[in-house]
Amino acid sequence: MFFTGPCPSPAIKTSYVCAKHHSQTTSSGKMSLSAKDKETVKTFWAKISSSGDAIGADALSRMLVVYPQTKTYFSHWKDLSPGSAPVLKHGATVMGGVGEAVAKIDDLSAGLLSLSELHAFTLRVDPSNFKVLSHNILVVLALMFPTDFTPEVHVAMDKFLAAVARALSEKYR
Amino acid sequence: MVKWTDFERATIQDIFSKIDYGVVGPAALSRCLIVYPWTQRYFGGFGNLYNAAAITSNPKVAAHGKVVIEGLEKAVKNMDDIKSTYKDLSVLHSEKLQVDPDNFNLLADCLTIVVASQMGAAFTPQVHAAFQKFLAVVVASLRKQYY
Repeated sequence: MFFTGPCPSPAIKTSYVCAKHHSQTTSSGKMSLSAKDKETVKTFWAKISSSGDAIGADALSRMLVVYPQTKTYFSHWKDLSPGSAPVLKHGATVMGGVGEAVAKIDDLSAGLLSLSELHAFTLRVDPSNFKVLSHNILVVLALMFPTDFTPEVHVAMDKFLAAVARALSEKYR
Repeated sequence: MVKWTDFERATIQDIFSKIDYGVVGPAALSRCLIVYPWTQRYFGGFGNLYNAAAITSNPKVAAHGKVVIEGLEKAVKNMDDIKSTYKDLSVLHSEKLQVDPDNFNLLADCLTIVVASQMGAAFTPQVHAAFQKFLAVVVASLRKQYY
């Protein structure tokens, strides 16, 4: 919204121009996805989704190496090394979830409800780890798609993954 | 004292010998200003930062990106004592520039992503881990003089 002239708020007396990009308010409010963000995510996802399994495997592999504390969630796996069978399988599972989120981008809370319950009650992954995995996904996107992963795509994907993380955290408490 | 393995030392030296400072520095800073727009608060004198295209083509952003990465080179050359190497830079950032130190992590993440996009598959999990460890030490050293 652009305001010119006196600020609508009576507390501020001088005029100013308040320039904000268009943002859609959703129930989650803060830093929510604009129509442009959603479009950017969907377009980029269409380009990369066939590599989903590879992206997931690489992101998970490097998360376990770069952030070794995340290994604590996988003590039941025989092999935690990059590219191992359980890592490949689980990487594909995770990116499947991301793909589902892209399809349900207009209402992530409702769309990811069962995944949220899974993470909250069964997996009980500390929510700080969502940010960690998101970062690793972004690194993989940068190295696999250097020309497509522009700063504009980067910010949209970062916001999207943060929104997914929020939706997954909803049932925690 | 930070302990570096031979692999980590070699990796950091290798990365910084290969990257083009004039490309990577500006790319990392402009990406930071675009992806985390609140970081623009420190660059009021830089002129037009209104959108991604403006930021990417802004000559002051490019010049400053180069300054930042040249600053990182000091750490690359003094890996065994980054903390004292960065004492004055830490004081500068806390007392003069008054940068919220959490922002250092945002720039570090953008730098990681830019280097990853330059190196492609050569940015293996092990190389990635070494690079992030280096940046973590840099960030901790820059935080050191804040009080």
